[in-house]
Parts: sequence; C-alpha cells; structure tokens
Amino acid sequence: MTAVDPHPGPLPRQRVTLRPWLLSLPALVLFAAVVVTPLVMTVVLSFHDFSTMGGIKPVFILKNWHDVFTDEYYREMFGRTIRIALWVTAICAVAGAPEAYILSRMSARWRGIFLLAILGPLLISVVARTLGWALLFGGATGVVNQALMKLGLLSRPLPFMFTETGMVVALSHVLVPFMVLSVWAALQRLDPQVENAALSLGASHATVLTRVVLPQAMPGVLSGAIIVFSLAASAFATPAIIGGRRLKVASTLAYDEFLNTLNWPLGAAVAVLLLAGIAAIVFGANRLVERRYASVFE
Amino acid sequence: MSRNGPLALAFHAAFVTFMVAPIAIVVLVAFTPEGFLSVPTTHWSLRWFRAIAGYPEFIEAFWSSLLLGALSSAIAITLSVPAALAVSRYRFPGRQALTALFLSPLMIPNVVLGIAFLRFFTQVGIGGTFAGLVLAHVVIVFPFALRLVLASATGLDRALENAAISLGASGFTVFRRVTLPLILPGVASGWMLAFIQSFDEVTMTVFIATPGASTLPVRMFLYIQDNIDPLVASVSAVVIAVTLIFMLLLDRLYGLDRLLSGRGRD
Repeated sequence: MTAVDPHPGPLPRQRVTLRPWLLSLPALVLFAAVVVTPLVMTVVLSFHDFSTMGGIKPVFILKNWHDVFTDEYYREMFGRTIRIALWVTAICAVAGAPEAYILSRMSARWRGIFLLAILGPLLISVVARTLGWALLFGGATGVVNQALMKLGLLSRPLPFMFTETGMVVALSHVLVPFMVLSVWAALQRLDPQVENAALSLGASHATVLTRVVLPQAMPGVLSGAIIVFSLAASAFATPAIIGGRRLKVASTLAYDEFLNTLNWPLGAAVAVLLLAGIAAIVFGANRLVERRYASVFE
Repeated sequence: MSRNGPLALAFHAAFVTFMVAPIAIVVLVAFTPEGFLSVPTTHWSLRWFRAIAGYPEFIEAFWSSLLLGALSSAIAITLSVPAALAVSRYRFPGRQALTALFLSPLMIPNVVLGIAFLRFFTQVGIGGTFAGLVLAHVVIVFPFALRLVLASATGLDRALENAAISLGASGFTVFRRVTLPLILPGVASGWMLAFIQSFDEVTMTVFIATPGASTLPVRMFLYIQDNIDPLVASVSAVVIAVTLIFMLLLDRLYGLDRLLSGRGRD
C-alpha cells in the first residue's frame, strides 16, 4: 500500500504551469481540511488534560503520554496488540504464499473462480465475516463445537470467543487475501520457462521451489507481511467482537476511552502512538525490503 | 488441467474452505426456522428475514448506508477525475507528495481516522450529522476511486485528444467528448469499488455515528456486542448479497485481482 507511481518512465518536459494544481485543487482543499487538520488536532489533543468533573482542559501537559508509556495496563495491552499482529502475519505468510503459488499454476478458468472465492471476502463486511467465526466456534451453540461434541470428540466447547487464539484465527481470515494478492503479483513476474529450464537441467521439484520460485515470491511475501501486520495491529471490529469487553487491544482501548470513559486526551495519545508505531514499522520494513530486493523490483 | 500435485490440491481445498466457511455459515443460519442459532437441516424458513421488518433501526440504517455509499462515492469520483488527470499528465514539483497525500487514507489506520474525525467534527459543529458521515466517507473511499481513474487515465492515447484539438474542439469539448468516454470504465469501476468500501466500512464510522446518523455495519456491530442471534445473521446475509452483486459486476467489468491490487492494465 505504498504510493504507486503509475508511470516510472519520464514524460516530455513541460513548461511550468499551474494547471495540475488547479485540477487537483478541490481534492487538495478537502484533504487539507478533513485529513490534515483533524490529524494535527488529534496530536494536540493528546497533550491536553482531562478530569471527570472538568472535562477536557486545553493545556499542554505530558500526563497522557507518561501514563501510556509507564502504566503496566497499557504496556500489556500494546504487547497483546503486537503479539496478535505478529501471529496473524506469520499465519498469513505460511498459508497465503503457498496458496498464491497453487493458484498461479491453475488453468485460467479455475483460477478465476477461486480468485473470486478467495479475494471476494475482502469486500464483504468485516462484521459479517467475524460473525461467521462466532457462529462456527462461539461457545456451546457454535456449529463446529456442537458437531464435535455430538461425535464425542469434545466434552467441552473449544475456547474461542474472548481468547487471543480466536482473535488471531478470525483476523487471519480477514487479512490473508492481502497476502495472496501480494505474492500472486510477485509470482506473475516469474517466467514459467525458468522453472521448466531448471527441471530440464535435472533439478528436483524441491530444488525448483527453493531456488527459483521462493526467491521470486519473497518480495511479495515481505510486502504482503507489511500490509497484513499494519492492518492487524490496527484492526478494530474483529478484536472487539471476538475479544469482548475484557480482552483489549490498542484500537478497542482507544474506542473505550473515546466513547465510554470519555477521556479523549488519553484515547488520542493511544491512537497517535498506534499510528506512529505502525508508520515506523511500515517505513522501516519497506526500506529494508527495497534495499534487499532492489534487483527483483527492477 | 491442473499441474498441482495431490498435496497442493488438498492444501488448496482446505484454504478455500477456510475462506468460505465463515461466510457460508452466516447465510445458512439466516435461513433457520428455529428461534435460536442453528443450521437448518430439514426445514428452511424466511422468518428471520421477515423479522428484520420489526427492527426499523436496521431498515433505516440500510437505506442510509446505501445513500451514504452512493453519495460519497459520487463526490469522491468527481474530485478524483481532475486530480487523476493532473497527476497522470503533468510532471511538477510536489507531484509525488500530492499522490502520497491522496492515497494516505490507505496508510492511516481507520481507528485513527475515526478518532480524528470525531474530534474535528465536534469542534466545527457537524458532529453526529449525516453531512459529517459523507465528508468522512469521501475521504476514505477517495484512494480507491483515484487509483482506478488513474489507471485508466495513464493508459490513455493522447493522440485521440490531439486529433480533436486539431479539428477545432475546445478544451471542455475534448474532455466531455473524448477524454471522459475513454476513461469511463475506470470511472465506473472506481465508483463501484468506492461504494463497496463505504457500504462495508465500520471501524472509522463507529466513532462518528450517532443513533440519529448511523450505518448498517455500525448497527450490526453494536447489536452483536450485546447478543448474537439469527436476526443479525439474516441482516448480514442481506449485506453479503448486496456486496456480492457489486462484486460480480466489478469482476466482469474490471477483473477482481487487478482491481484489488490497484494495478493498471498491464
């Protein structure tokens, strides 16, 4: 999800003109007013004071930031956020990358059908998809739990709701299409003749996989991992539904501060930290991937 | 005609099941004849779809989601056409920064955007209004609209426009009679993708929605937080159906993998 330059080739040199600015002016005004201003206001808000009696006081203090960094409660919650995001990223890489490779080896007709089945859920409401997981595994009424208990394979329902495992599984389902897409795009640059050449020269299938396919897929896996990690760390609806009111992650905590406790300055500090953390990781990882795999992107 | 081995196909089957099962179960449960969560086996019933009629807040939210999606996507696409033309045909200082700004809602977590919008709208006095929802949705669907318009504007053959100009057409006539028809597939798909994104958005909207101005996903989310019953499954099934219709249209018009990876015709 980086800014894609639509045409890397040079355009003919043009004389300096205001036209592009005039053309993009309406959108630019909208973004200045409704994106940049609110974000700046949120950063400012995180330095304000709050008390239950007096509400928000527009002063400059570091109390919220101090709390967020030192309080054990917030540390545990940010730790959980990162832990879940890492697990989701790992599962998506391990499941999504092979699936993309399998898809790329299918005939065009089947591939079209399965791409629809795998990428389609990306467009379906995340609330509906998470509801599906709750229906499958939620407590004693969960369909899978009921079936397993009827078969005598389980005596108690599998713990899923209100667990980190449940969050990881449901989030992996929500985000794995991004990994498939990313690896799929990387594999499309792979000339199938290279695989055939390796095979004809006596390489085993395993060698072809590790020496030809994997190096080509790796940049896709890494850029997919960056997308999945950043989306998992900031996911809201899925952790809120599966985690309930007790098992909190950064985004659901910010929600609580804003809409229940009404401590907006503290909620703003949590949100700004989440944004800064994700931005740092995404930019850092992007730089790393681009440097390491510069030759593949050429 | 698959060149995949049996092991690969078994993995593939498991993967597709994993992807489809949670969605299929929602649709199945929606047709239960029982009063509790269960998968219909012998009898199917529409009682939970009829039950939606007894919840005016869901009906209201459905219409308001449709209107919000249509309106915000239309505004976003209208703004993105000139912006896409600017970015695709001119090289100017700040061009990359401008593109990055326009695509930035993809990078900023929706939770953070929701919080920023809530603070901003409350300060300027449009908190809890439908106008606020529209503004916020225009911003978050804008990158999707821009990317698709950009992809079609970049592949445009400038010779056609030059021909029109040399035949004496004015700047606006060239845009209306030549440029716009040529980028129309991108504009139409961009609008649809933007509509789906708006129609399904919950994370940002949940912060700025109020009982007076809400959307269907937000209502569903708040409902699920309290209890999970067949009613919310039938509402979800309706949402899935609406999304599927748009998805199939988009797949025909543009191709789903190209659409979602944001790549142009290459």
